[in-house]
Amino acid sequence: MTKRFWNEYQKEIADDHFFYERSCIRQTFFPGSENAFLRMMREVLHKDIRDEENQHTCTGIGYHSDIVPLETTMTVVARLFALMTEAGYTNYVPSCVTSFGIFTEMVEMWKNDPELLAKTRENLKKATGREFEIPTNLVHPSDIIYKFREELKQHMKYQLVNRFTGKPLRVVEHVGCHYAKIFPEKGIGKSEFPYVLAGMIESWGGEVVDYPERRHCCGFGFRHYLLQENRGYSIANSKKKFDSMEPYEPDFIVSNCPGCSMFMDKWQYTIAEMENKTYDHDGYGIPVLTYEEMAGLLLGYDPWELGLQIHQVQSEKLMDKIGIKYDPDAKYRGVNGKILPTPNKPTFLKQ
Amino acid sequence: MGNLYDLFKQDNRFHEAMKACMNCGICTAICPAAEFFDYDPRRICDTVQRKDENAIEALMRSETIWSCGQCMSCKARCPRGNAPGEIILILRKYAQELGYYNEHIHEQQKRMAAHQGRNILDIGYCIHPDRVHPEQHPEQGPIWEWYTKHIADVAPKLGANYHGEGPGALRKIHQKNLEEIRKIYEVTGGLAWHEKLTEEPYKPSTPEP
Repeated sequence: MTKRFWNEYQKEIADDHFFYERSCIRQTFFPGSENAFLRMMREVLHKDIRDEENQHTCTGIGYHSDIVPLETTMTVVARLFALMTEAGYTNYVPSCVTSFGIFTEMVEMWKNDPELLAKTRENLKKATGREFEIPTNLVHPSDIIYKFREELKQHMKYQLVNRFTGKPLRVVEHVGCHYAKIFPEKGIGKSEFPYVLAGMIESWGGEVVDYPERRHCCGFGFRHYLLQENRGYSIANSKKKFDSMEPYEPDFIVSNCPGCSMFMDKWQYTIAEMENKTYDHDGYGIPVLTYEEMAGLLLGYDPWELGLQIHQVQSEKLMDKIGIKYDPDAKYRGVNGKILPTPNKPTFLKQ
Repeated sequence: MGNLYDLFKQDNRFHEAMKACMNCGICTAICPAAEFFDYDPRRICDTVQRKDENAIEALMRSETIWSCGQCMSCKARCPRGNAPGEIILILRKYAQELGYYNEHIHEQQKRMAAHQGRNILDIGYCIHPDRVHPEQHPEQGPIWEWYTKHIADVAPKLGANYHGEGPGALRKIHQKNLEEIRKIYEVTGGLAWHEKLTEEPYKPSTPEP
């Protein structure tokens, strides 16, 4: 039997009753993905998942940019856990990979240092009057989709198969760094052979592209993207990945991290503007999907409700390959069918 | 200045981040920042663990420590369980606290605190589409310009509750929640840190002879 490294580590993922924490980046760039995740959980998997209105940022971006102190982030995390506790939940699901890393790190620090935990409890009580319990299960939403990938498959209308050739689609999977690089044992398959996205791709009919820079960071870099003059670092790292994956001719990229999904989409546009270079044969770029967009498309969700029209690299050619039906006239319509002006076109990247 | 190494030990992250570096250089081999900048996480670890106060102070005063992109690939690969990226967080914290940074880094930190730092306190989000202005983000392309211009019509189609009451993506975060975040900032030193970054003028701290 072939040795499968990912199989050496599987994490515990709760079965039901989740407290969902939204991501600042995903609400900004991928609100349709968070919505699709909740739809899949409730309507397809029939799980109980709470979308709490009093939640807020975890401050993770500020923490890794050195503008928010550890003690502050730790107590903000404690408040979010207090909201979970007050709502009667113990399974915490942060939508963002940066948040997942932040929460995991805070919990580990508390486990290793009971005095620090006591101090955090004291700080939270003093600031808000609230008390909190540490979650019994802390997982990323991609872990849950991975766990229930076969159940979801039963409801899928399409597969990751090229309908013209009958061959599996070739998919680049990009796992966000903070999913497993900080705490390898907290990720499915650990950090070297993470299987969280590869498992979905293989179950749903696709083929995972194994290319040299598969585990390289997308280049977010926190202060390197937030500061406009530093963005060369960010685009250079994504370019390194694109150059590495190009010979394998991937049909699309999928990621479980909000920053990575956005950067790998937008940097393709920027590279095209700068160098008239795209990483596919036809000049359209390689579509970049979130794992919810990938699952949602296969389940038959409307691509314009998933939000594919607000990506800069467009996905129609990919949908045509899979055979997904969509209404091109609805693409740039607002809620209730309101007709909106169409966006300007990039100089080189075809739309 | 007293003993910098002892100062680092007061940070709860330090004993997990700095164990025993054997200078193998795997962290540098995997580091994205090392590829594009004059940055070497192996040397960061080595400088700190040698406890050479002058060398540590020189490191803290250099722009080198600001090159790390915080991907933490170094943490995953280190065979001794060190985390150079975490050591960087500690070095940056004390560099800011002690004024060991140059005017350029001071201005950058001030700008991020005034933008993303302010976002947290004002609206409860680190980033929000209302505050990602297309003119400051040309890399976001014409789609972003279109989306932000028509967000009130498009976001609800994506299931968002843009500036709405109740739960959902991009909902309005109520004042009671913002007040609790602010109180947490006050109690834990976050507000003082924010005010230091946004309001303190640049004061160069010269190395001791």
